[in-house]
Amino acid sequence: MRKFRILAVAMSAVLVLAACGPSEEDGDGAGDGDFAGETVSVLAVWGGAELESFEAMVAPWEEETGAVVEVESTRDIDAVLQQRVEGGTPPDLAGLPGPGVMAQFARDGALKPLPQEVQDVLNDQYDPGWAVAGTVDDELVGVFIKTALKGLIWYNPAQFEAAGYTVPADWDGLTALVDQMAADGTTPWGIGLESGAATGWPGTDWIEDFVLRQSGPEVYDQWVNGELAWSSPEITEAFEAFALWASDEQYVFGGPSTELGTAFGNGGDCMFSDPPGCYLHHQASFMGGEAGFFETNFPEVAVQGETYDFFVMPGIEFEGVTSAGDLFGMFNDTPAAQSLISYLVTAEAQQIWVERGGALSANKEVAADVYPDEAGRKSAEALTGAETVRFDASDMMPAEMGAAFLEAIVNTVQSPDDLSSILETLDGVQESAYGG
Amino acid sequence: MDTLLTAIVVVVGVPAVVCGYIIATEWVIRGFSGSAKARIRPWLWVLPAFLFLTIFLIYPTIRTFINSLFDRTGEFVGIQNYADLFAAGEFYQVLLNNALWLVLFTGIVVILGLVIAVLADRVRYETLAKAVIFIPMAISFVAAGVIWSFMYHINPSIGTVNAGITAVGIEPQAWIQEWPRNTIMLIIVGIWMWVGFAMVILSAGLKGISTELLEAARIDGATELQVFFRIILPLLAPTIAVVATTVVITALKTFDIIYVMTGGLYDTSVIGFEFYREQFTNRDPGAAAAVAIILLIAIVPIMLVNIRRFQVQEAQR
Repeated sequence: MRKFRILAVAMSAVLVLAACGPSEEDGDGAGDGDFAGETVSVLAVWGGAELESFEAMVAPWEEETGAVVEVESTRDIDAVLQQRVEGGTPPDLAGLPGPGVMAQFARDGALKPLPQEVQDVLNDQYDPGWAVAGTVDDELVGVFIKTALKGLIWYNPAQFEAAGYTVPADWDGLTALVDQMAADGTTPWGIGLESGAATGWPGTDWIEDFVLRQSGPEVYDQWVNGELAWSSPEITEAFEAFALWASDEQYVFGGPSTELGTAFGNGGDCMFSDPPGCYLHHQASFMGGEAGFFETNFPEVAVQGETYDFFVMPGIEFEGVTSAGDLFGMFNDTPAAQSLISYLVTAEAQQIWVERGGALSANKEVAADVYPDEAGRKSAEALTGAETVRFDASDMMPAEMGAAFLEAIVNTVQSPDDLSSILETLDGVQESAYGG
Repeated sequence: MDTLLTAIVVVVGVPAVVCGYIIATEWVIRGFSGSAKARIRPWLWVLPAFLFLTIFLIYPTIRTFINSLFDRTGEFVGIQNYADLFAAGEFYQVLLNNALWLVLFTGIVVILGLVIAVLADRVRYETLAKAVIFIPMAISFVAAGVIWSFMYHINPSIGTVNAGITAVGIEPQAWIQEWPRNTIMLIIVGIWMWVGFAMVILSAGLKGISTELLEAARIDGATELQVFFRIILPLLAPTIAVVATTVVITALKTFDIIYVMTGGLYDTSVIGFEFYREQFTNRDPGAAAAVAIILLIAIVPIMLVNIRRFQVQEAQR
């Protein structure tokens, strides 16, 4: 009987402890706005500085409406999002990996059409192409919270001057400069391909830039839609151009194995050592700015305009730029979620992140002088001023195709001689990814 | 408040339900004779567990098999998913990797665990040594994957392994980029984690061997090696079987290490990862189910060995 008593006391203690533990409801929606006390759940890939910027972006909305935005971050958004949707508990808003996946979700009925307010803002303040990118079967389901300009070539002006190099005016100038650098004894390019499960994606950007500039926007569109084979001459040309530099240890810092082992945010680090390990870095606009990778990795040394700057990758046969963005969709059309997503596309909200750096806005009402740095201003102007803009191809492809693309980059870098069989494998995946 | 209520319901309710069930079964068989009661009662008591197993184990298995017969649009395709898997050619690489994991991971974990258990047994700081070796078991595969990603990093100022070899003048190596070296490097991570498990269980088994037996053997002139191979090993055989079975199953289930460290690239993929890739990246539940069934088939022989062992043990009772 005594043992039983002790047991009963112990169990009650455990009970009380469990009950007094942290409770799930942290709803402390300050103020008494329209949605006081409500929560909007958001699923995104952002962490660290990006997450802080997003939280700053939603803060005014939270204050006004009294609601709370709960952000969950995961790098593995493909799997997590799919599970949540299939399990019937999707987040209210979520970052979508790309228009390709967005279309899949929309056709499955998981994505809800966005409210008319959003449509109105897009019509007024954005280029029509952005609304088109977020529309599936005539319904607007996705908007871009922030965008980035891709196909920029970063360089270190101070090092250029020291070595007597000048920014090339066109493609031939660039290839001549690259060969000059290699002849002078330094590997011209710094490339970082590592990114966990998405390793290789900077390489896909290279290929996309080549396809757009070598073969033009129509070929690019056909390729994105799965109508052009990977082994076609146009795509092969792009891969060969990439492999020429990326798989040759004369042209890329540290050679292929370093390239594959270096995280994408550190790919340009070699530009800042003395003497420099490389001179050029092909990457998107988020490298620059206060919140960008250069200044985070080298807080004293990286100074916009002095030790880092960019020029847009020149056209080859065609001119054009590639862009990408963080695409968001709504899975639960609660009034609070609708209000939040309508807020996020307004110039007011977009400006908050833009001011913090590391983001571009496609919203035309965001004035150029709001950008905190020259890099941001230049990128914004390049984006809005470009003749042809195309969205990142690998983001638009079905997930299976995108994954195969990544692996193909890795294989190309490691074994450039196997290019034709690598492309054939991609053709096989293309059949099942687009056909199935 | 919600939590407190749930806690009360569970703590009071579960024993109440169990007692209630037993009383109910007694009432059901009240009409039978004494010996009939004794025969039926065990089956009634086992019934809830059996139902549980059916719903959560047997039904999903059958369901998975049925799923594997459909393609991603929902059409019945029979064994096409299996045919596609094997036709692709890359699947053989996956199976080869699994074979490597099976042989190397299991073999080294068991042997190393045994050696450490035997050696630790003979030193005074045994507990400390065993604790140190066991610690990696406390972290998840993902954490181990992250730690060792840094250990293997190609930059010598980050990667410990490369720092070590550059100190003796060798060039830094890209450890996880080339097959088969990368699979072996990943297996080393797994071994680092699981040796503790094998060691602890084998150590317990070792202590169960009567010292008088070993003393007697030594007095009779047996060398240490003879004592080990002729006496300890045979007596430890059942324990080794238990450890080996568990480790083999772990070897076949591996996913986290590959996902975290290479994302399935560089020919390191295993069945566990292919399942994930088919389900979440390719969004083809049929193919994913096919991979799962193949894994199930691979485990069947081990299960049979296990069952045979249980039967032998039962017979000895």
